[in-house]
Amino acid sequence: MSPEFIRTLQDLLPQIQGFIYPNEIEIHWGLLIVVYPYITGVVAGAFILASLVKVFNVKEVQPLYRLSLLTALAYLLVAPMALVSHLGHPERFYEILLTPQTSSAMAMFGFVYAWYLMAVLLLEIWFVHRTDMIEWAERETGVMRFLHRALALYSRDKGERAVSFDHKALKVITIVGIPSAFLLHGYVGFIFGSIKANPWWSSVLIPIVFLFSAIVSGVALVIVLYMIITPLRGGKIDMRCVDKAVDFLFYTVIVDFSLEFVDFIHRVYQSEEEIKILSEMVMNKLFSSLIIIQVLLGMLIPLVLISLTKIFRKRFALNEDLRKMVYFISVILIQFGVFATRWNVVIGGQMFSKSFRGLTTYKMEFGGLEGLLYSIALLALPIVILAILMKILPPWKEMTGEGDAGGGEAVAGS
Amino acid sequence: MNNRRTFLRGFLSVLLSGSAIGGVLKILPSNAYAKEVLHKGKWYGFGVSVDKCIGCARCMEACKTENNVPREPFFFRTWVERYIIRNNGITTVKTIEPNAEQTPETASDKAILRSFFVPKLCNQCAHPPCVQVCPVGATFQTKDGVVLVNEKTCIGCRYCIQACPYGARYLHPGTRTADKCTFCYHRISHGLLPACVEVCPTQARVFGDLNAAASPMSRFQRMNKIHVLKPGLNTEPKVYYANLDGEVR
Repeated sequence: MSPEFIRTLQDLLPQIQGFIYPNEIEIHWGLLIVVYPYITGVVAGAFILASLVKVFNVKEVQPLYRLSLLTALAYLLVAPMALVSHLGHPERFYEILLTPQTSSAMAMFGFVYAWYLMAVLLLEIWFVHRTDMIEWAERETGVMRFLHRALALYSRDKGERAVSFDHKALKVITIVGIPSAFLLHGYVGFIFGSIKANPWWSSVLIPIVFLFSAIVSGVALVIVLYMIITPLRGGKIDMRCVDKAVDFLFYTVIVDFSLEFVDFIHRVYQSEEEIKILSEMVMNKLFSSLIIIQVLLGMLIPLVLISLTKIFRKRFALNEDLRKMVYFISVILIQFGVFATRWNVVIGGQMFSKSFRGLTTYKMEFGGLEGLLYSIALLALPIVILAILMKILPPWKEMTGEGDAGGGEAVAGS
Repeated sequence: MNNRRTFLRGFLSVLLSGSAIGGVLKILPSNAYAKEVLHKGKWYGFGVSVDKCIGCARCMEACKTENNVPREPFFFRTWVERYIIRNNGITTVKTIEPNAEQTPETASDKAILRSFFVPKLCNQCAHPPCVQVCPVGATFQTKDGVVLVNEKTCIGCRYCIQACPYGARYLHPGTRTADKCTFCYHRISHGLLPACVEVCPTQARVFGDLNAAASPMSRFQRMNKIHVLKPGLNTEPKVYYANLDGEVR
């Protein structure tokens, strides 16, 4: 037991408002658990964007296809790190995989995660890149040649039948992948939504709200990455693609906003015993993160900005740079908004007492596993992984629209 | 050929969906009229007479000593809340502190409508949400109805702490695992009383086997109008309160 930890709790004592149960001072799920649903949300959202191309045949966003798949993978690899590091006994995490208790929503994590990683994401990425990897290996030497050979699992068949099988497999995987992506994030929502003891969490809408905010964050993130990476590589941003993706994002934000609004109205109208403490919490403790960041900056302002580009279509059509800037600001704001959504759910759900008589405070640490620094590192890590992935499986041809624009996984330049 | 295939496909899907629906229905609790499942053998329960509690905090002290609960005022297996309900409708609640030096907050008698102490502890629910959510089965219900934590397998995810509606659990800062009241399982399995019951000077706390006709617990249930905390959550607590005020949550 560290005296420092006790001191932190002691510092919190005077900040308690009203009455809380004595064991409730410590906020048990801190910043790491905010990061976790944010990251899995990005995974699910990026995958949905990828499936736009494959399943719904939205050809315009083809340049984002591989980027979004790799983004999903990079974030998925980091997701369990947040979970494991927050455990009281990280060295026992394997128990959750070896002896899961079937009645526990959390115990299903291993299965959902493994399914999504193995059966969906890795398979899809493999089939997308298979012929490419064979091609690359033929032209390369040394380590990269070996790497691509090995990653292609030493398959060498570039024949018509093999390629058409790839196509067929991709179609099936994506179709299975969409409900799986929904499962992945809906399930994360369920972890919170199924806690009947906590009225802030306990809502059937939570998994659905999580899902839509996940799509929002994933799509927005891929757009940000595309808009940053392409100019860095000296390419030109394909505005038709960005327009379409932002369009899709716009409607998803509207759905997300409506769902959260319905949830809000429902709570206020039903006005159950917890309503007083919850509204006090929203007005005092969550005002800036919920009202200002999540709703105003994260939803309403981006919606207005994107609407402007639609209303004054002609003017914006002429000025591509202006449109780019408006989009860029909007997607960045949306990113912050979704992160704030996770914050408000996770931290907000622990700031009020289950006696409904008082509020406690969350004091973020700076260093240590539960601290700000580590969380920032966790949020930055996927970007590093993505950079490595893009070295191994370069998506440039597709992103810059060279060769086969719209051809998808067909080998470019062949 | 085609017909047969369609038929078979249809038949199979009906079969599959039928069994799926059947499976779902099986989870649903079906005995809507039975209050509690009858348990054979010992089934422990706890009684609290709110009117008898004088707020001396000996139970809190005894619990911390008996069970090595950290001394700091953030970790409790049991605690006592003091309610003061004023004429103007304002209710103030405080957890009383175990050291005797404190001067209790007093208001002029005229301003107070009523005031009382409420001992709290783990409700040892018959349907414990903490057991349901534990991902590794480290927290479990014994055959005699006590919810325990195995500190050797608990991974410290704290999902159970979130799931407990009563704030009865905490993360032990020493072991980094979830901890809570065990009804002093090490004592009751030797026929002794829980430490808090043993030291209570006014017998505000009662403990016993709910199934035994002659236990103090059965007598407590016979002689009092009883109530449990947050009955709406269907956790079926086994800590029963006599003369519980509606303000208590």
